[in-house]
Amino acid sequence: MTGNGYRTIAFYPDRCDGCNLCVEACAEHHAGSKEAVHSRIRVCGDEEGRYTGIALCRQCSMPRCAMNCPAGALSKDPETGVVCWDEEKCVGCLLCTLTCPYGGIVFNAASGRVMKCDFCGGRPACVEACTRGALELKRGADLYNAWGDLEDLVVPGISACLGCNSELLLRHTLRRIGPNVVLATPPGCIAGVGAVGVNGKTAVKTPVFHPLLTNTASMLAGARRYYNRIGRDVTMLALGGDGGTADVGFQSLSGAAERGEQMIYICVDNEGYMNTGVQRSGTTPFGAWTSTTPVGSVLRGKTREAKPLPLLMVMHNCEYVATACTAFMEDYYEKLEKAIEASKKGMAYIHVFSPCPTGWRFPPGKLIEAGRKAVQTNIVPLWEFELKTGRIRFTYPVDDPLPVQEYLSLIGKFRHLDEEQIRLIQEQTERKIQILKAFTKEGRDGDETRVEGVGS
Amino acid sequence: MPQTRYVIIGSSHAGLSAVEAIRLTDRDNPVFLLTQEDTLPYSPTILPYVVSGEADPEKIFLKDEDALKGSGVVYRRGEKVVGLDLHARSIILKSGEILDYDKLLLATGAAPVLPPVEGLEGVSCHVLRTLEDALGLRRAMEGSRSAVVLGGGLIGMHAAENLHKGGLKVTLVEALDQILPGYFDREAAGLIRDIFRENGIEVLTGSVVTRVFEDRGRCIVSLDSGEERTADLLLVATGVRPRIGFLTGSGIDAEEGVLVDERMRTTHPDVWAAGDVAQAPDFFDSGKKRIHATLVNAVEQGRIAGMDMAGDEALVPHPGGIAMNTYRFFGHRAFAVGLGGENSGELSPHHLVEKTGPRYRKIVLQGGRLVGASGINDGMDPGIIAELIRRKIPLQGLEERFISDPLGTGRVLMSRTWR
Repeated sequence: MTGNGYRTIAFYPDRCDGCNLCVEACAEHHAGSKEAVHSRIRVCGDEEGRYTGIALCRQCSMPRCAMNCPAGALSKDPETGVVCWDEEKCVGCLLCTLTCPYGGIVFNAASGRVMKCDFCGGRPACVEACTRGALELKRGADLYNAWGDLEDLVVPGISACLGCNSELLLRHTLRRIGPNVVLATPPGCIAGVGAVGVNGKTAVKTPVFHPLLTNTASMLAGARRYYNRIGRDVTMLALGGDGGTADVGFQSLSGAAERGEQMIYICVDNEGYMNTGVQRSGTTPFGAWTSTTPVGSVLRGKTREAKPLPLLMVMHNCEYVATACTAFMEDYYEKLEKAIEASKKGMAYIHVFSPCPTGWRFPPGKLIEAGRKAVQTNIVPLWEFELKTGRIRFTYPVDDPLPVQEYLSLIGKFRHLDEEQIRLIQEQTERKIQILKAFTKEGRDGDETRVEGVGS
Repeated sequence: MPQTRYVIIGSSHAGLSAVEAIRLTDRDNPVFLLTQEDTLPYSPTILPYVVSGEADPEKIFLKDEDALKGSGVVYRRGEKVVGLDLHARSIILKSGEILDYDKLLLATGAAPVLPPVEGLEGVSCHVLRTLEDALGLRRAMEGSRSAVVLGGGLIGMHAAENLHKGGLKVTLVEALDQILPGYFDREAAGLIRDIFRENGIEVLTGSVVTRVFEDRGRCIVSLDSGEERTADLLLVATGVRPRIGFLTGSGIDAEEGVLVDERMRTTHPDVWAAGDVAQAPDFFDSGKKRIHATLVNAVEQGRIAGMDMAGDEALVPHPGGIAMNTYRFFGHRAFAVGLGGENSGELSPHHLVEKTGPRYRKIVLQGGRLVGASGINDGMDPGIIAELIRRKIPLQGLEERFISDPLGTGRVLMSRTWR
């Protein structure tokens, strides 16, 4: 069953610069004047110049304003979802303004009436006026419907740890890629949760095999070449852990990428060997506790930084490389889409940040929050690389990142960090962002300008 | 969903809000919605606007038959409830019919009370609580040239303005020394009173009516000052009392109103109460149970009662009733939320008063949190003010800024919780 999606205006505070074009456009549309008094939308800015939100009608599903209107002048239109105000019926008692916590219906001192967002008949003037993409028109259930209609190719009740990211990742990845796939899962958590199964039964409804830790990419390359020979277009998909990808399996992955083998290789990076006793891997970050990077009187967690695996894959001239996080599922789906296309030509590599409640020691309920904070601190920047453009593009640019401590303090494996270590992690994070930025369009164009400047 | 028969007595805001809440969880079981009046559901709050002609009495109804039927409601009008049998789980209607329930909501509201004034029983006077009252008052206005309104609460004030606009010479008599005491302090009430006086309405505060009698079809009101006022029309708006007469001897505990907890449960497990009939925990003094007879409280309490009746797990118990309202008069607007009325004690409020305009702002802080605010012609979002109070959101050092710019600062504080 698909739900009805109502449209809504989304606000991205990071992109807002307080220009008030939205306010002017709204007033102009509704009253033919740019005066803010007529605007149904207002930007809330604090003293430090941060934009915290918009005072605007949310077109609530159960609008309090309508429930509290004694005149029956407010009602939700079941077709459009817009909370409609009937000017004729309104007696001006103002009770609606007493019940809206969003400042979404307000008294207009110039007209003497209340006013609220009416969606401008479907094309909100504020959204069209915003030049920075801080306002976007979205349909609430679009994604839900699009994903909900796809078949879940994983059986119920798999044996993941409580709060494990792997189940979320496995289900959604297979939903999007679909049944025309051969899945390879080397030893690791994805295999461990039941993808390759026990006693001859597997938890996935697609062909699946269990390569060695060392040969996932080469076995998939062989399978793909066979399908190519018999004329069938089947997607090859690897879901490997960071050990099976960055360390033990890297030789075969590197070779397959260099040869341009057609597959989607997804690295489920939980930053260590999580299902064999939480040992360190090549992608375990600096300072993290693992059972082989202990914390005691001498050692204070891992002393080396994580391997920049996604960048290494960019350097292999893969068709497509991206980083992703299940806390940003919409972003992940878009990347899967591009990966499917790219894998028809060559290697598509996605590196998924995958927090592990068991091995990283944080409560299972905090999985998504950990992902969000990792991205918002720039510890895990979300980006993609396409060979055809030759550039990296940030898909969720974080211009004003939170301090890394906001992420680190959520995670038990970082509990021991001292101020010096935190400072180092902050520095490493900023340095890595600068490196990535050099590969973006802006970074490259900037370099060219400078080079020309020196030459002339 | 097990078979459950919901019966709701009273079809105004609390009852309608309960129906919506029940239907979020329980789509199938029947809901019986009863009203003693012979109309579709409407709000008593609209009645002053029916009197003034701003609202068309044909278009004030909040639900029509189709909408009620569509949500599985059996709507029964003209059904007065005369008794309740908790043991048999049934209510007794005036017609003699016995209606069984599994879960019962008392949302019978309140009825006007006549003050104990000598002679008042013997004269014909108006009250304003039902649509019939409003239409009767409207008709009576046509042949009248003068009116006396007893009571300076919201209903009395609204009515006095409407009678004045209808061309009558109006005197409003309030026994207390200020109008609207539940919402505004003496100073704000004084500003409102002055506007009434400037518009030609006589407002007598601290004035007690000692006797009322009729003389040649006109009504004479004697005051304790020794003066008299003569009027063609007498409107009594001195207060309301919960409609709980039918509960006498039933076993449901009641004081002024039906006693309920923060889930709107009465002392009996199958019976809930919400709205003007319910005496519920107070937000600022949880040990006390009070009646906050406002539309906003009725909606909220009805919603909570409905959720609890249907076993909705998402229910968050009611944080307690808060006095709040909005008020428009002679082109001005006012609102009040929380503490700050004349009877709320000393809380070091912050004031801004401009006699011209007039403009008035009062902000009451306690322990770094907002506990009350009121304003006349002042730019604040009353809804945001109410939410800041209800959620006890700390002002985090923004107290000074909040006092000077409550609109912008309130929005910033709330917006941190919006996403």
